[in-house]
Amino acid sequence: MRRLAAVWHSTLGRHLLVTAAAVLVVVLVVESVDDFRAVQLTQMAYLGIAAGGLTVLTGLNGQISLGHGALMAVGAYTTALLVSDDPVLPLPVALLTATAVTSAVGVVIGAAAARLRGPYLAGATLALAVALPGVALHFGETLGGEQGLRLRVPETPGWVLDAAYFVTAHDLTRSKYVAYLAWFTLVVVYLLLANLARSRVGRRWRAVRDDEVAAELAGIHLGRARVSAFVVSAAAAGAGGAVMALAVRLTAPTGFTLTLSLTLLTAVVLGGLGSLTGALAGAALLTFLPSVITDAGTSAGLDDIRAAELAPLVYGVVMVAVVLLAPRGLVGTLHAGWRRLRNPAVTPDPTTSADAASPGATVATSKGDTR
Amino acid sequence: MLTLSGVTVSFGAVRALREVGFTAPAGQVTAVLGANGAGKTTLLRTISGLVRAQTGTVRFGDRDLTRQPPEAMPRLGLAHVPEGRGVITELTVEENLRLGGLGRGRRADADVLDRVFSLFPVLRERRAATAHVLSGGERQMLVIGRALMASPTLLLLDEPSLGLAPRVVAQIFDLLSGLVADAGLTVLLVEQNARSALSIAHRAVVLNLGRVVVDDDARVLADDDQLRHAYLGF
Amino acid sequence: MQQLINTALGGLTLGMVYAAFALALVLIWRSTHVVNFAQAPMAMVTTFVALEIIDHGHSYWLGFAVALAAGLVLGAVVERVVVRPVEGGPEINAVILTLGLFIVLHALASVVFGNRYRSFPAAFGIRGIDVGGTTIALTGFGIFTILAVLAVMTLLVLLFRFTDLGLRMRAAAFNQEVARLLGVRVGRMLTLGWALAALVGSLSGLLIAGGSLVSPGYMDSVVVYGFVAAVLGGLDSPVGAVVGGLFLGLSLSFVSGYVGSQLVALAALAILMAVLFLRPDGLFAPARERRV
Repeated sequence: MRRLAAVWHSTLGRHLLVTAAAVLVVVLVVESVDDFRAVQLTQMAYLGIAAGGLTVLTGLNGQISLGHGALMAVGAYTTALLVSDDPVLPLPVALLTATAVTSAVGVVIGAAAARLRGPYLAGATLALAVALPGVALHFGETLGGEQGLRLRVPETPGWVLDAAYFVTAHDLTRSKYVAYLAWFTLVVVYLLLANLARSRVGRRWRAVRDDEVAAELAGIHLGRARVSAFVVSAAAAGAGGAVMALAVRLTAPTGFTLTLSLTLLTAVVLGGLGSLTGALAGAALLTFLPSVITDAGTSAGLDDIRAAELAPLVYGVVMVAVVLLAPRGLVGTLHAGWRRLRNPAVTPDPTTSADAASPGATVATSKGDTR
Repeated sequence: MLTLSGVTVSFGAVRALREVGFTAPAGQVTAVLGANGAGKTTLLRTISGLVRAQTGTVRFGDRDLTRQPPEAMPRLGLAHVPEGRGVITELTVEENLRLGGLGRGRRADADVLDRVFSLFPVLRERRAATAHVLSGGERQMLVIGRALMASPTLLLLDEPSLGLAPRVVAQIFDLLSGLVADAGLTVLLVEQNARSALSIAHRAVVLNLGRVVVDDDARVLADDDQLRHAYLGF
Repeated sequence: MQQLINTALGGLTLGMVYAAFALALVLIWRSTHVVNFAQAPMAMVTTFVALEIIDHGHSYWLGFAVALAAGLVLGAVVERVVVRPVEGGPEINAVILTLGLFIVLHALASVVFGNRYRSFPAAFGIRGIDVGGTTIALTGFGIFTILAVLAVMTLLVLLFRFTDLGLRMRAAAFNQEVARLLGVRVGRMLTLGWALAALVGSLSGLLIAGGSLVSPGYMDSVVVYGFVAAVLGGLDSPVGAVVGGLFLGLSLSFVSGYVGSQLVALAALAILMAVLFLRPDGLFAPARERRV
């Protein structure tokens, strides 16, 4: 028991324990649902992976990006190019390559972004999100144009089928295979992100976010800290895009509109900037809430197409409300409320956990006259 | 006549003003002196409504200013010239002046503008220039001129000598005492430069850590070496 | 040669619309230091209001006028109700807020007006004018577009330069505290600034819609072009926004005509990055410290 406590007190140990528990939960959940839910879970995973990357960038480093949908497109198109022809690469290799390619793109964008602040960065990444689908259309011969690229998801390897049968006594369906792949990718990505956030690198990111001058005086290279945060974040978006390509089996410009980028931002804001738990919760809301809201809309007499727009309406309203009323996001606010309930005397200490909401990023500070 | 009584202002845990009370007589210059951080600027900001007092009252003549917003000040006859000159550098000299006249709710009339120009001829020369290009002394003239556009009865001046050459300071202070003598203006003058301020002030109030420690005739303070050494450092 | 002239004329017309949109962004940035990304869906919503009126058999001009008035009201409401609390706070909050608003208006328009493409009428001909036997790419509606934007700009200049209200609005935008001490009701001026900006935004929405198809997303790329145009001009200069808009309209028209219409947005991104790296204060700013 004491040894367990010791493991719990080291960051890596704690993260590995949580990872093991997460893997267990993933297996239990995926096994207990039907194929339809497995597809939904896959969607939650790829949104969660990309949102995790974005929350690290925005929450821990204070850079905003409206271009993460475009970065997902880079990952997805790379995957599609790698997996569409015979002989297909093994999926993990395709995933890693897509992540690497997106990271490389992230270096370029990050280097540009490192010099921009707030609204300028938002505008530039917005332009990226709007511009990228056009590239896919322009180079239609390679990238499939309007139709996009179809993926042929390779057969599930025999050993995976055997192992799955051994553990669950069921045959593994294709959808569940992809769901596992998506969720194991998520677990790995989150483990890496959580470790980074708690490491020296993560502390530098936060230092740059909180006070550039102080960070620079402390010997932190601002540009390098910003670019590294962007690259890590882009890598996660690329991995998310790769998983998305495998799940949807089609990579087309219509899948990577501005809406996707805004959706990711929504997930991150709903969850509370800087919190991986929050990003996952946001991804869950974005995945499962729409059908509930849409059903409510159709039963209230709206046609299907209009009812489908109610979900974004709700997120948008919630997003505005979160900024106005609970700038730490839903998870951060619940967290703070819970602490206050348990221990009214202690005000929440934002520095105790990398996973807690990061007040520096969103909580409105002084209303100093900036004009 | 401006009367403060029991004014307390806190910013979080910091008490900026503690139970401040004094009277600035009409038609006279009252200097508010004290070290950096004594609460002088906060005092002016409280009078003009930019900062809200937790307790106490501010009365001007027979009016209660305590809960009035800053926007109401020109109408009530107050003009506050903030620290750091408060010139709107993006506007021209003439636009800055016109703006000063708008607060009273009537059009800036040409007579008042002419009077300000005759007080500060340099402003007339540069009326079409962007205020951005003015020197420090010219900016100070501009803000005082702008305050006069509203024909105020009470002028709150925050550090008018800050960063100006002694010759320019003397010129501006001369002009101030002239305005008080001719137009019956009441002036509350916050200054670090105690020596210059005392040279034109009738009354003097010394703040120390947010409290009034001296409230007396300016001459008494100027002549009392001990008080001067203790609070003003000369 | 003819293609060159036509491309330039098309760019000029488009540039005027971008100029108007950029002007709307600049008006808001100057007064509240917020880049209103929701400007695009706000203009889209008011254009749909006009379309509903026109489709119900009323005149084009009634729809036009109501849309502009709706823009005025929408801008005022958005500033007063939603944006006011984040003014002066961290920049990122304002950015997220306007994006949230972007999503809300988009979805709301899809629910209320439907998600499909609808055609929007034009007040004047949308065929090229005949000049000495050849048809040039300047249409009747194009001329109206240019004149309408010029008229609005002239009115704004008159308002800001020559009226007391305009002076108060500028004072409120440049220095809130000093303006308050001089008796300016700063809050009202900021609301009015947003209202005027939204009116100008609505105008550009109507002008882009004229003679083509509208859907809830039809303004999405325009916000990017408007932003790039505004940054070209330095983001706080109305004159710069207009020049930036014209420059961008012409550049993008040439990219579209000679390189490929799908790369227009990418070209805008490239221009934006070039400006931000080489002249972060805009093309016309005197050398000052970088504030990006």
